[in-house]
Amino acid sequence: MDTLCQSLNPLPTVALSTGSWIVLTGAATNVACALVGCFLVLRRMSMMGDALSHAVLPGLVVAFLFSGSLGIVPLFLGAVGVGLLTTFLTQTLHQYARVPSDASMGVVFTSLFALGVVLVKKFVGGLHFDIACIYEGSLELVPFADPIFGLPRPLFTTLVVVVVNLAVLVLLWKELKVSSFDAGLSTTIGFSATAMHYLLMVLVAVTTVASFEAVGSILVVAMLIVPAATAHLLCDRLALMVTLSALLGVASAVLGYWAAVYWDTNIAGMMTVAAGVLYGLAVLFSPRYGIFSTMIRNLQLSMKVLREDLLAMLYRVEELGSDKFLTADEARQAVGSRWLARWGLAKLYRTGRIERAEGHLRLTEKGRSSARQLVRSHRLWETYLVKHLGLPLDHVHEPAHRVEHFIDEQMRKELQIELEGQGQDPHGREIPE
Amino acid sequence: MSKTAFEIHDMTVAYHRRPVLWDIDFELPEGKLVGIVGPNGAGKTTLIKAALGLVPLASGKVEIYGKSYQEQRHLVGYVPQRESVDWDFPVTVRDVVLMGTYGRLGWFRRPGRAERDIADRCLQQVGMASFAKRQIRQLSGGQQQRVFLARALAQEAQLYFLDEPFGGVDAATEVAIVELLHTLRSTGKTVLVVHHDIQTVREYFDYVILLNMRLVACGPVETTFTNENLQKTYGGRLTILDEAAEAMRQREPNR
Repeated sequence: MDTLCQSLNPLPTVALSTGSWIVLTGAATNVACALVGCFLVLRRMSMMGDALSHAVLPGLVVAFLFSGSLGIVPLFLGAVGVGLLTTFLTQTLHQYARVPSDASMGVVFTSLFALGVVLVKKFVGGLHFDIACIYEGSLELVPFADPIFGLPRPLFTTLVVVVVNLAVLVLLWKELKVSSFDAGLSTTIGFSATAMHYLLMVLVAVTTVASFEAVGSILVVAMLIVPAATAHLLCDRLALMVTLSALLGVASAVLGYWAAVYWDTNIAGMMTVAAGVLYGLAVLFSPRYGIFSTMIRNLQLSMKVLREDLLAMLYRVEELGSDKFLTADEARQAVGSRWLARWGLAKLYRTGRIERAEGHLRLTEKGRSSARQLVRSHRLWETYLVKHLGLPLDHVHEPAHRVEHFIDEQMRKELQIELEGQGQDPHGREIPE
Repeated sequence: MSKTAFEIHDMTVAYHRRPVLWDIDFELPEGKLVGIVGPNGAGKTTLIKAALGLVPLASGKVEIYGKSYQEQRHLVGYVPQRESVDWDFPVTVRDVVLMGTYGRLGWFRRPGRAERDIADRCLQQVGMASFAKRQIRQLSGGQQQRVFLARALAQEAQLYFLDEPFGGVDAATEVAIVELLHTLRSTGKTVLVVHHDIQTVREYFDYVILLNMRLVACGPVETTFTNENLQKTYGGRLTILDEAAEAMRQREPNR
């Protein structure tokens, strides 16, 4: 008897260890999911994967009832049918019955899933249609499934889907790209965004169905979204994102299998966890948005501000023309945070901006010219604030102190022009050239 | 007498049966810069979307150089509102501009060297050549708008629709856009621009379409952009139109 959970069969004809078959099947599933998942994530339709994976159930049952088997072709036809139907129903409800789009999605998918459950109970009574198995999948049993062309059936099915997805992506790359980025433009130049939406939904449905048998619905839903979302954090080219998400899918399969064997637990579940862990790492360490990299960037910025404050302070002392020079200790005290200040001073020595003479700190020529630009920025900004924002004199130092670090040569020129070459700041001090 | 580039016949557009544009009817000669002006909710964006076939018409028709939009797609360039897309999308500036060439390529064909050259040339025209390899997320609002304009240029169209290109851009970009409009006009293109700032209409445009759910006036700026017409456009909606629209939405006569 056909079942969704495969019964024990002889090993497939291609000789590989049990573990290799499992990892291969998991990896193929993840790749198939990641390929279409990227577009779900970019179109902000991540929940469609979840929804479709539930809605396909009645399609499978109907396909089974008509064909009397769980062969690949009827299964895929059922999936395509359901993919089209659900997309149509959701859109129609949203457009014509004016149901909000999230609600129409919720209504359509839950109802279809319920319909599927009812159909199973009513017509497929004799069949071992195991619901738990749909959730968790049965990766463990993959190596023992009937072989097709020497490959276990679930692996073969999934590979077919990988090829289909890949073919669609290659053929319709620019169409998918433009319709995901700018649906309006896409439609006006002849690539109907609605048609592309339907196509994508069909691919998602087919991918979901093909992957069900082996890995179950949890892994499918996760793999549609998680590797794609991880890749989105890590790169900013579409081709790179799709490639990386596929690689992340493979990595999740390998890591997940290894961890599941180690802890002796459900393999599909562990692969999902692995994908989640990779996502977590990306959130922490992504070079652009990672929490960790943001912290490092913030620290670098505060170090830069601190160094510049030290330079400007030395410059101002020099400017007063007194004989008194700051010692390193005094300088550290003046900027607060003593440890960071020590660090900042060290860098200033190293880059040759300050030097020590008789226990005092002195600007080198290089340091003096950096400091001059900074003080210039500060005073230009103060002058600008007084002249154009009408701030009183005692309110301009603080804001200028904050902004001075971000004013570059270009802006200094603009300010200079704006202030018509005014040579003094509002406190009557010279604006250095 | 120059050719008619764009024509709308008795067009009504409705959302959920409630008309938002009533019986619009006008034609525009080739080679003009046309401002579409009206208060918020007047249907300016809807007018453009209807012309481009993005929203269905309840009645009437749209003609581009005498034929339907479907036949004349290749003659039309479109710049949607900047906010309508996700600027976090993983593409470069050049990728976005390349999308302008997709329509000409048709299904399945990939852009090649020739298309990349076009894209680079268009980027140069809007002064964004040095940004070609940047991720679009890193652009300022004005830069985003210029990229969109470059993409429209890459469409190499005859008739352009720009939805609020001046919205939230810096002064430099505004100047660049105006220059670009003049270049387009000098090469015989027709450009329709949804515009918010009535102060600059006289300065920027040759023609003006005054819109407030219905067409108030359409014609050369000197004769059409009058105080009287402006008053009609901005002096509140016509209550009768609103009532009729509401009645049609509820599908029963007002009692």
